[in-house]
Amino acid sequence: MTLKKIMFTGLGISFLGAFSTISSADEVKITLPQLNVAEYHAPYVAVWLADSRKKRVEDIAVWYDVDMKDDEGEKWLKDLRLWWRRSGRTLDMPVDGVSGATHRPGEHTIDLHNSLSAQPAGDYILYVEAARELGGREVLEIPVSLPVTTSLSQTVNGKNELESIELTLEPK
Amino acid sequence: MKKHLLIGLSAAALLAASPLASAHRMWIKPTTTVVSGENEWISFDGAIANGIFTPDHYPMPVDRLTATAPSGKTVQLQHQQRLKYRSVFDLELTEKGTYKVASASNTLMARWTDDNGERHMWPGRGKTGTLEEFKQQVPANADVAQTSRKIEVFVTAGAPSDSVLKNTGEGLEMVAHTHPNDAYTGEDITFGFTIDGEKAVGASVVVVKEGEKYRDNNDDMKLTTDEKGNITLNVDEPGMYWLEAEYEDNKAKAPASKRMGTYITTIEVLPL
Repeated sequence: MTLKKIMFTGLGISFLGAFSTISSADEVKITLPQLNVAEYHAPYVAVWLADSRKKRVEDIAVWYDVDMKDDEGEKWLKDLRLWWRRSGRTLDMPVDGVSGATHRPGEHTIDLHNSLSAQPAGDYILYVEAARELGGREVLEIPVSLPVTTSLSQTVNGKNELESIELTLEPK
Repeated sequence: MKKHLLIGLSAAALLAASPLASAHRMWIKPTTTVVSGENEWISFDGAIANGIFTPDHYPMPVDRLTATAPSGKTVQLQHQQRLKYRSVFDLELTEKGTYKVASASNTLMARWTDDNGERHMWPGRGKTGTLEEFKQQVPANADVAQTSRKIEVFVTAGAPSDSVLKNTGEGLEMVAHTHPNDAYTGEDITFGFTIDGEKAVGASVVVVKEGEKYRDNNDDMKLTTDEKGNITLNVDEPGMYWLEAEYEDNKAKAPASKRMGTYITTIEVLPL
């Protein structure tokens, strides 16, 4: 799985949602808020897929301070506390294809094609959790039924650490 | 205001079973219970106090504490310091899994009144007597109890593991149906209790949430173990909870006529 990072700037982005039906991508777009704080650290973010019983099925992305010496960035992974309990605590970080560096405020898109196409039919939940040093923590979720039969674009807005997450899926 | 009955007793005495010990509450509080990353450290406070997690009386005697790693290895406590009202120490977590910091005692205790009306207690506060000494020193009319006392706390690096939760079959112990480092708000937390390895039915359990001094009213949770020796909690608020269980029955092995046990732990209930 590749972690695709696309930085959007300017107004163009607001049209993507409206015209999502022309997109052929399965992706989640995570918007990290611009915060007016004295000391800003980019948040740790975990993205994972769970089954209808909330059990983790697949880790999709974990953004943290991967490059700190002596793996010191792992010290704060527990602050992604839902992900930590459902998945992180049993992993040996870093995980290839999942671990990645933190991202600054703005829009970041993750390709979900490989994650979703590998799953058997059923009901799932896509989770996005963010935790920020000297800041707060927030979890957003979107239910997903697989396989995808109609084009779907769903946005959930956050309040603090996540501005929004937008899931776009196309039938195959 | 509770009486300060324990002032002046030796440190060892405070760890031993004693009816006076109920005047104060012993606790060990990890500053956190769940860590991630390599070679993380956790700092602890320990005290015998009126207040739960408010050290206001006597420092916990840490020299009798033993730390056990997930592998079963004994780990040295570090930076132990006995302060005025509390003791502090650190634990370095180099292995993944659950560590235990614990102290336990189990002794015969006897009380009697002699022909002159004078009261006696054996083996004396804080001491553990042998059966030989008991036979020599305690008269046949004494009231004798097998008395166990255990305090233990758990902390975890990575995923919780079960090796340090194994019971010894001696004294009053907790059976962690819910892993003590996997307790969350809104979920049932179930603990069982055993006395000498048998289920402890009817044990009294009290659970006190941190922040007691900011509350006007005592809202301790008082529970009694069911026919399986279990209690189940379900709490709304995350935080550190102090738990004490007490049990007594008359099924002791001779020369004791009753057995008594006290068990103490601290559970951090996490939010999801």
